Amino acid sequence: MAEVLVYVDHVDGAVRKPTLELLTLARRVGEPVAVALGAGAADTAAVLGEHGAVKVLTHDAAEYADYLVVPKVDALQAAVAAVSPAAVLVPSSAEGKEIAARLALRLGSGIITDAVDLESGDEGPVATQSVFAASFTTKSRVSKGTPVITVKPNSAAVEAAPANPAVEALEVSFSAQATGTKVTARTPRESTGRPELTEAAIVVSGGRGVNGADNFAIIEALADSLGAAVGASRAAVDAGWYPHTNQVGQTGKSVSPQLYIANGISGAIQHRAGMQTSKTIVAVNKDAEAPIFDLVDYGVVGDLFDVVPALTEEIKARKG
Amino acid sequence: MSLRIVVTVKYVPDATGDRHFADDLTVDRDDVDGLLSELDEYAVEQALQISENSDDDVEITVLTVGPEDAKDALRKALSMGADKAIHVEDDDLHGTDAIGTSLVLAKAIEKAGYDLVISGMASTDGTMGVVPALLAERLGVPQVTLLSEVSVEDGTVKGRRDGDAASEQLEASLPAVVSVTDQSGEARYPSFKGIMAAKKKPVEAWDLSDLDLEAEEVGLEGSYTVVDSAAERPARTAGTIVKDEGEGGKQLAEFLASQKFI
Repeated sequence: MAEVLVYVDHVDGAVRKPTLELLTLARRVGEPVAVALGAGAADTAAVLGEHGAVKVLTHDAAEYADYLVVPKVDALQAAVAAVSPAAVLVPSSAEGKEIAARLALRLGSGIITDAVDLESGDEGPVATQSVFAASFTTKSRVSKGTPVITVKPNSAAVEAAPANPAVEALEVSFSAQATGTKVTARTPRESTGRPELTEAAIVVSGGRGVNGADNFAIIEALADSLGAAVGASRAAVDAGWYPHTNQVGQTGKSVSPQLYIANGISGAIQHRAGMQTSKTIVAVNKDAEAPIFDLVDYGVVGDLFDVVPALTEEIKARKG
Repeated sequence: MSLRIVVTVKYVPDATGDRHFADDLTVDRDDVDGLLSELDEYAVEQALQISENSDDDVEITVLTVGPEDAKDALRKALSMGADKAIHVEDDDLHGTDAIGTSLVLAKAIEKAGYDLVISGMASTDGTMGVVPALLAERLGVPQVTLLSEVSVEDGTVKGRRDGDAASEQLEASLPAVVSVTDQSGEARYPSFKGIMAAKKKPVEAWDLSDLDLEAEEVGLEGSYTVVDSAAERPARTAGTIVKDEGEGGKQLAEFLASQKFI
């Protein structure tokens, strides 16, 4: 069976969930070979093996943290040369897409980004994408070279598929471009204790109707009662009420959770682009004419300052 | 010292319009109004600010690859304050994918001459966000991308990249490729004076032969990817909508419980 390279997104050896989802998809196309780079790379092997990686290629060097993107492209290119895979899968983060694009160019391959599903086809892997603010679904494939495909978080279930992976050191020689862009300082984002926005099963968002930074406390309280991530519309972010890292929409994060709860969000196209593929959508808004109500499975026309705290209390009571 | 900035911009179908695919599964650009991609306005803005903050002699060229109407995007950028424009237009470009687009842009950037390339974070139609990285790879220069702050001084570009896990300060020597996000600063509106001045600014027209490119390297034929199908997503079935009469929170909780979320 052909091998499929999976680029591992991890933080000091802790593998992030989208990578485990990639292993599920990779097993549909071939045998997953994982590539883990940087500090803690070798620590990823156990969890990758539990999810089906038959081999884990690792390499650590200071360059991965000290310089932007290119060292990782060099390493992935070395892995492709070593394995000759049928495809390369990369998580669709901002950095993941940049790595994948440069790799594709070097391989003389096509690239597909932001796939939401992947299946095996007669002419190589077929990727499903959600386009034009999720109003269309396309099926595409790479027609030249080794397919390089980035996949969005929450596109597949994480499945246990125990394998006993061989852990091998990857030989990497860095290109002249590797040290072109220096990372002179790095400030890790403070953890909120809540799930990652793009990975969360439930997202609770606030928009213009929240009407102030302090008022986001009631959005956070609802999120915490459900173990959810907190999102914000562009209007709320531009007003300075909530950080840009939590923005859902075209220029923020695109989310596809099991449940999306929109509070005080009208539902402009730019916002819909980032949440329209959510499985179940719920909205609370004062304006009965708000376009968000066209998307919902359940909507409450009312003041979010009444409805949201009442909902939070009810959830807490039911959960005991 | 002089500083030559090339800003890459894209003419896109209006996202608030009814966007569709054409019969050949390329983006339908005929039946919907187009405009300068909103995210590219931020790139033009940062080029203008770099120019205004510089003691160097800065020249800003806006570059687009696209059909006849794409001139509108160039005019908008010129009216914001860019100095000149280059329009790469050729019938054989129809259906070009990101890899092909980066080839055409890279050839045009090299022909134009540059110290700094500035792009938006992504187009608002394709939304891949990979062209800046592809340009850096093709041009063999540093990639300093997804910046929410950018400055240029003494042949060095610096900026802040706000990633998911961390915020990073980046630094690279020119020449370089930069992309900026919508957090980099509100783009200015063209002034009346700017609009009038734009009409007199030069717009060069180049085709594939000007860039020593062959038709089969671009377009649908030269594409590295194939779209097999495009289907309109079925409209979401109408949901239940209730008016809050004091029980809205409870009713919503009841719905969530029925869906096993509680």
